Amino acid sequence: MRKLIAHTEIEVNEEGYLTNFSQWTKEIGECIADENGICMNDRHWEVINYIHEKYNNEEPLSIRGIKKSGVINIKEFYSLFPGGPLKKATMIAGIPKPKSCI
Amino acid sequence: MKNLVILGAGTSGTMMANHLIRKLPKKEWNITIVDQYKTHYYQPGFLFLPFDIYTTKQVKKNGTKFIPKGVNYIQEKIELIEPEKNIVQLEKGGQLPYDILIIATGTDIVPEEIEGMKGPKWQKNIFDFYTYDGAKALRNKLREWEGGKLVVHITEMPIKCPVAPLEFAFLADSFFKNKGMRDKVDITFVTPLGGAFTKPKATKALHYLLEEKGIKEVTDFNIERVDYENNKIIDYGDTEVDYDLLVTVPTNMGDALIERSGMGDDLNFVPTNKASLQTLAHENIFAIGDATNLPASKAGSVAHFEAEILTENIIRYINGESLKEEFDGHANCFIETGNGKALLIDFNYTHEPVEGTFPFPGVGPLQLLKESRTNHMGKMAFRWVYWNMLIKGIHIPFVSATMSTKGKQLEEINNN
Repeated sequence: MRKLIAHTEIEVNEEGYLTNFSQWTKEIGECIADENGICMNDRHWEVINYIHEKYNNEEPLSIRGIKKSGVINIKEFYSLFPGGPLKKATMIAGIPKPKSCI
Repeated sequence: MKNLVILGAGTSGTMMANHLIRKLPKKEWNITIVDQYKTHYYQPGFLFLPFDIYTTKQVKKNGTKFIPKGVNYIQEKIELIEPEKNIVQLEKGGQLPYDILIIATGTDIVPEEIEGMKGPKWQKNIFDFYTYDGAKALRNKLREWEGGKLVVHITEMPIKCPVAPLEFAFLADSFFKNKGMRDKVDITFVTPLGGAFTKPKATKALHYLLEEKGIKEVTDFNIERVDYENNKIIDYGDTEVDYDLLVTVPTNMGDALIERSGMGDDLNFVPTNKASLQTLAHENIFAIGDATNLPASKAGSVAHFEAEILTENIIRYINGESLKEEFDGHANCFIETGNGKALLIDFNYTHEPVEGTFPFPGVGPLQLLKESRTNHMGKMAFRWVYWNMLIKGIHIPFVSATMSTKGKQLEEINNN
């Protein structure tokens, strides 16, 4: 489905995740964060940059990966993206949330 | 003579030995397979062992029976792979030089990764069912357990057979109903993912199962530690879940050999080309099954499809031809839903499981993504297929190595 955000029309799935990463911009990420009650600061963006790096290298995202990233510790990750940090951070980053096979 | 060495005689390694003995010229190639254990386990059976559906005898056999004649079978622990020297070091000091190496060392649970998990309460009221010992200990516990809070828990992804924990919760519901004590058991499913189901079509088609069976869901739970003194699991966001009986799937990691040899990622899985199965670091080393870092399910069916493609690529590599980049992540899994019913799912890297018929388009007899008794019979029959066809490298009729879209309700392009 389509969604108008930051004056741009983007493709999202039922849960609001972008289905085409090439449509992502920083402004769109900021608006999605806003809709989720998160006000983005430099620390948030450092995490999003790390997530993009992993995504571009086709490496799966995990709490273990975040822990070893050197970018952020887990407690801070939770405080920056409260209530399901991987789920929220991936939505803001414009990539699919971590999934299983069904 | 040239040497092809297979590390690991589990599902993948045994299949590769059976495929390659038929394909490689005997006068030119020696095939050797190495594994430290004598027993070959039917791992899908570990799901049924705790509920006394399968006996211990039904899930294990002597591995020697399945290694074909003409293949040199070494039962010894592997010390190190030295890819720069093309040598495998064995524990007792022996060396195996190779021209081609296939890594099939699988994955194992590592409960030590989580504080308090493998402590004094391990196999007292904290169990796994991903190992033979764990499944058997849990069976003994369930025979006498009088009820309370049962928590079925996934520590972190990826895990072998990602649907097994959910199947465990479904079978537990049936098990306690049949024992006439379902009202004494509270079942909660705890996952680090966003839900017990994570793909849109499966969530829509199957979420009713959890409601129907009264299974509670705790999602986005990333465990930090087990408080075994107070019977609680605690996550990084300080959410706590109480249990009387914790059935957990601990962190899954590749073999420590991979770490010792400096060939793995954070979880000791070997970085591997997801379409050709050649390792990224060494062109004469290939990897298959659970040992790889492929973004496919860690499951026997995936290994079976990979084996067909890897066999072809080994032959191509020997002949100096370019490798086929053909593996599409194809998986085909029966999912037990309890009460003598099961689901069947068929999917790959790019297509999520959808409804339809299998293997004959429009006919079936198996129904995709729907509960049926026929699917359950398929799952039960699969044990025979495993011991008699699958690990012997015999092609399963009508099921191709790459996924077919025929007979499936694919409405739109998938984004998964």
